[in-house]
Amino acid sequence: MRTVLRKTGVLILTLLLVTLFAFLAFELIPGDPTTMLLGSDYTPERAAALRESLGLDRSVAVRYLDWLVSFVTGDMGRSYTYSMSVREVLRGKIAVTAVLSLLSWVLVIAVSVPLGVALVRYQKKPFGKIGFSLNQVMMAMPPFFLGILLTYLFGILLKLFTPGKFVPLSEGPGRSLAYLFFPALAISLPKIAKTVKLLRASILSEMQREYVLTAYSRGNSRWMVIKNHVFRNALLPVVTYLAMSLADIVASSIIVEQVFVVPGLGRLLVASISNRDYPVALCIVVMIASVVVVMNYLADILTQAIDPRVRLS
Amino acid sequence: MFDLKNKTFRAGAVITLVMLLIITVGVFWTPYDPNAMDAAGKMAAPGPRHLFGTDNFGRDIFSRVVQGAGATFFIALCSVSIGLAAGLLVGGLTGYYGGWVDELLMRLNDTLTAFPSLLLALVLIAVFQGGKYNIILVLGVLFIPTFARIVRMEVARQKALDYVANARLMGVGDMRILFVHIMPNIWPVLLSAVAIGFNNAVLAEASMSYLGLGVQPPDPSLGRMLNEAQGYLLRAPWYALSAGAAIILLVLGFGLLSEGLGGDGRA
Repeated sequence: MRTVLRKTGVLILTLLLVTLFAFLAFELIPGDPTTMLLGSDYTPERAAALRESLGLDRSVAVRYLDWLVSFVTGDMGRSYTYSMSVREVLRGKIAVTAVLSLLSWVLVIAVSVPLGVALVRYQKKPFGKIGFSLNQVMMAMPPFFLGILLTYLFGILLKLFTPGKFVPLSEGPGRSLAYLFFPALAISLPKIAKTVKLLRASILSEMQREYVLTAYSRGNSRWMVIKNHVFRNALLPVVTYLAMSLADIVASSIIVEQVFVVPGLGRLLVASISNRDYPVALCIVVMIASVVVVMNYLADILTQAIDPRVRLS
Repeated sequence: MFDLKNKTFRAGAVITLVMLLIITVGVFWTPYDPNAMDAAGKMAAPGPRHLFGTDNFGRDIFSRVVQGAGATFFIALCSVSIGLAAGLLVGGLTGYYGGWVDELLMRLNDTLTAFPSLLLALVLIAVFQGGKYNIILVLGVLFIPTFARIVRMEVARQKALDYVANARLMGVGDMRILFVHIMPNIWPVLLSAVAIGFNNAVLAEASMSYLGLGVQPPDPSLGRMLNEAQGYLLRAPWYALSAGAAIILLVLGFGLLSEGLGGDGRA
């Protein structure tokens, strides 16, 4: 319990540092947003007035605290490019990215565990050898290139979906999910490969332990040893990895959304950086980073809950 | 240190060396001028005249991929060098001296690793803007914490060993102990980290340039090629395939190399 409390303290501190870092990074950007907002209407007087109305004339520390308080209470400021609040700009986008990430995560968990075990079971057979080599190549696959391949294969050749024609979640959740399946595949396949590799290595190293010898000596076959004795122990590092991988998945979705023209947070983030719409970019960065920090925290707690041995160290 | 019997290391070394050979030759000679346009031969399929076919301007894709791979490798080389040099300095000094600076930097390091690296790269791009040299700078800065952490850990471990105490008793200065005595012993670990650094740099450059936030036209890059190629997927799929294959080979080569050198091969 004391460790959980301590870790929660560290979590809150990290979240504060993350927001401070992101805020300061966007502060450092050279150039004055008023020049861009006013464009050809630029006069020093108008710029000064706009600076005051945007609150840019106050000190950095005051603005950070002000921004943090309003962010936490749900007021995220106004977008520079669109004449609406950041909250309205973000509306609907968070759900899309969340659904895409969760779908990818479920795919990773559902495929990688059985596949990893199968690769060890048939390690010496052609299936195991070829599967392992393919797995190595899949690990090197950048998600966005995989996305382009899937678009070509399933979108253009097989016509299973129309690239670029995303159905909003509100119009048809079923069709929306069917479209999101392909970007989810692009995100999850390289992640599956990495998880399979980890699980395979974990099982193989667990097979060197002495209790495995005991299990063999009682007449168990190799498969029985793996299934009944090794598997549960070997799963522990994988569970931690899977819990932490949701963070990577959210990051991959930033770029894969671009490939499949999915209107989520990632596409908005890239667009807002290109357009220098910093209030929107800052919000998205802080939101994604916070999700990552919280997920890693939960993964940490989960590992401790599963395995008492970790608690001692 | 180089375990030639290790299959993974051999595979990685072969792929990387072949790619580096092609890139090096490509600096001096490519079958066609990568920028020469040919209105009559647009979107030609791969064949004996054009190994990987031609693009929407009739440019030879093989020559362009070789040039793009060279540019991507150059960016990776520079950014890994920046990250490694700064990482050696910061990690070496903090690992050797410890103290509150060490504590502070490690906390900062933890905060930075809380960001997914792509997100951090996007933030830095927003600050520095895109372009070839800014991408090098951004990726270089991005790699500093990783290298610093590895160097710090290794230096702290070596510092407790007898040979360091011995050197100190003989009156060798701190800087000489750190850079002449300790550094050579951490190379094996560092080498694997360097290989994975190249792997990450190629991936990151390709991703950023694909998003249109990295290398800007007319500078070549594999990621930028993929971005263009996606628009011609229907009529010239070989365009995207060639650029993507080059990225995969580079990433795969460095990944296997790192694994063969004793790293866990995870990006």
